[in-house]
Amino acid sequence: MAATLLARPLGRRTARRSGSSWQRGHGRIALVFLAPALIGFAAFYLVPTVRGLWFSFTDYNLLSDPKVVGLGNYGEVLSDRVFWNALKVTGVYVVFNVATQTVLALGLAVLMERLTRSVMIRAMVLLPWLVPNVTIALLWMWLLDVNVGFVNHVMEQIGLSKQGFLFSPDQSILTIASINTWRHVGYTALLLFAGMQLIPKHLYEAGRIDGAGEGRMFRQITLPLLRPVLALVLVVSLIGSFQIFDTVAVTTEGGPVNASRVIYYYIYEKAFTQFEFGYASAMSVFLIVFLVALTLLQMRLLRASTSDLA
Amino acid sequence: MRKNPARLLAWVGLLAALAITLFPFWWMLRTALTGNANLFNGSYSFLPDDPTPINFERVLGLASPEEARAAGGTAASMDFWLYLRNSVLFAFAVVAGQVTFSAMAAYAFARLRFRGRDVLFYLFLSTMMIPPIFTVLPNFVLIKSLGGVNTFWGLVAPYFFMTPFAVFFLRQFFLSVPGEIEEAAGLDGASRWRIFWQVVVPMNRGPLLTLAVITAVQTWNEFLWPLLIAKQENVRVLTTAMAIFQQQTPNATPDWAGLMAGATLAVLPVLLLLILFGRRLVDSIRFTGIK
Repeated sequence: MAATLLARPLGRRTARRSGSSWQRGHGRIALVFLAPALIGFAAFYLVPTVRGLWFSFTDYNLLSDPKVVGLGNYGEVLSDRVFWNALKVTGVYVVFNVATQTVLALGLAVLMERLTRSVMIRAMVLLPWLVPNVTIALLWMWLLDVNVGFVNHVMEQIGLSKQGFLFSPDQSILTIASINTWRHVGYTALLLFAGMQLIPKHLYEAGRIDGAGEGRMFRQITLPLLRPVLALVLVVSLIGSFQIFDTVAVTTEGGPVNASRVIYYYIYEKAFTQFEFGYASAMSVFLIVFLVALTLLQMRLLRASTSDLA
Repeated sequence: MRKNPARLLAWVGLLAALAITLFPFWWMLRTALTGNANLFNGSYSFLPDDPTPINFERVLGLASPEEARAAGGTAASMDFWLYLRNSVLFAFAVVAGQVTFSAMAAYAFARLRFRGRDVLFYLFLSTMMIPPIFTVLPNFVLIKSLGGVNTFWGLVAPYFFMTPFAVFFLRQFFLSVPGEIEEAAGLDGASRWRIFWQVVVPMNRGPLLTLAVITAVQTWNEFLWPLLIAKQENVRVLTTAMAIFQQQTPNATPDWAGLMAGATLAVLPVLLLLILFGRRLVDSIRFTGIK
């Protein structure tokens, strides 16, 4: 989404030259061009947003007519221990996933940038991101199998004990976070790689003439000049990471007990296994509040970091 | 090129990263080519012991039920071809509708002048911030009340007309192309409609194709919406079918060889896309921050 800004600033080159009547575009033809998109936007974005908000003030359960309960759902959410636990679990997931993913991606991006232009290598790095979450989840379930999984085999070979991974209360959420780190590192690295292309090459030449080593050039040229891109990538990852669902749904279904019951999965369960649509909608509203807060943070970070390459 | 130990070390690092990225896929293939009986014999060699196509045959429905039971230890099966067809249809329908209609809307936002244009555009943009789970609930209620559960149109509908991202993405490209050619065509008397199809679309082939590929990959990977809408066999897609297949195999002795054969087959289309559009996909990454 927001990474589009990497490519070019929000363009404002709409035709504003005066003159021919051709320039004075008209509402009628615009409506023809917009009609299908407007139908889709109204039906699947605008109306559902309003309707979802309305659900959150009712006891709607899909079967009987909704009754308005005012702020009742919101009150219940605030005193729901599973909700707070889900937020905590999601928080652990987001922090661990985004931190490892960004650090590893930064390393990978630097290696690619300094070593090779190969499209082949970049395509290979992207592969896990292109494969469905469901497939990735199944693949790692097998690799991490407690008894015969390859990873536990390696653990034994190097003298460590077998681990429960997905099925250990202490490890499940971190394991899921690691799986998704593995899936997204290549993609994130390519975003950062694209950002590094924007850094003028002569800076590195100047650095080399001054006798700077690779480490120093990374710290004093790459990192500071990459900061705007890095901030952007970080927040895009953060927002994406909050919406973890598929991997949990396939591997642990929130377990053991509540150890991997993330907020997205909890909302899904409330809505589609217990049919508490009102309650689930109220939780989604809280989620929106978090995401909007993150987006505002993103905008501040972006504004605060545009000056370095000016 | 300088040859020095540091550079060598960097290459070792890069190759290690590639190995970690690709090894799980190799292990998937290795497992798929191993009979279930040989899977638990304590061998972890990188090549399958006694390679066999039986798991692929089972998943593709080429093996007889007796052979399948003998090889899998379970009677669980999946109608792979049906789910593959559904996934392909789903992706094609979404790409065709979404790219066409989003391009038309993006053109209107980039080039036409009408009242409320900017307000409408920012309204489109602002919905990008709303997490999908929030609109999934009312969308499900809507499709259910229209009788769209377990129908193909119910599966496709929410993606068919537009996404705010697609409109935004294409508008940026349309704005960056000089308007002179369109103006010249306009002065020659061509209508906006003809200019769009005969000038704007051909000139923006690249971005349109990029968007089509990205949309295809995303639709292919979609899980939650198909899980809710396409429950019956006749509309079930590959992602949900794989998850269901996994849930059906007994917890004590999952049919890993069969699962990995299915997973391998599900990766093949992605691999094909990467071979056909590798450079385009890789180059498009800077423009998109989706998911």
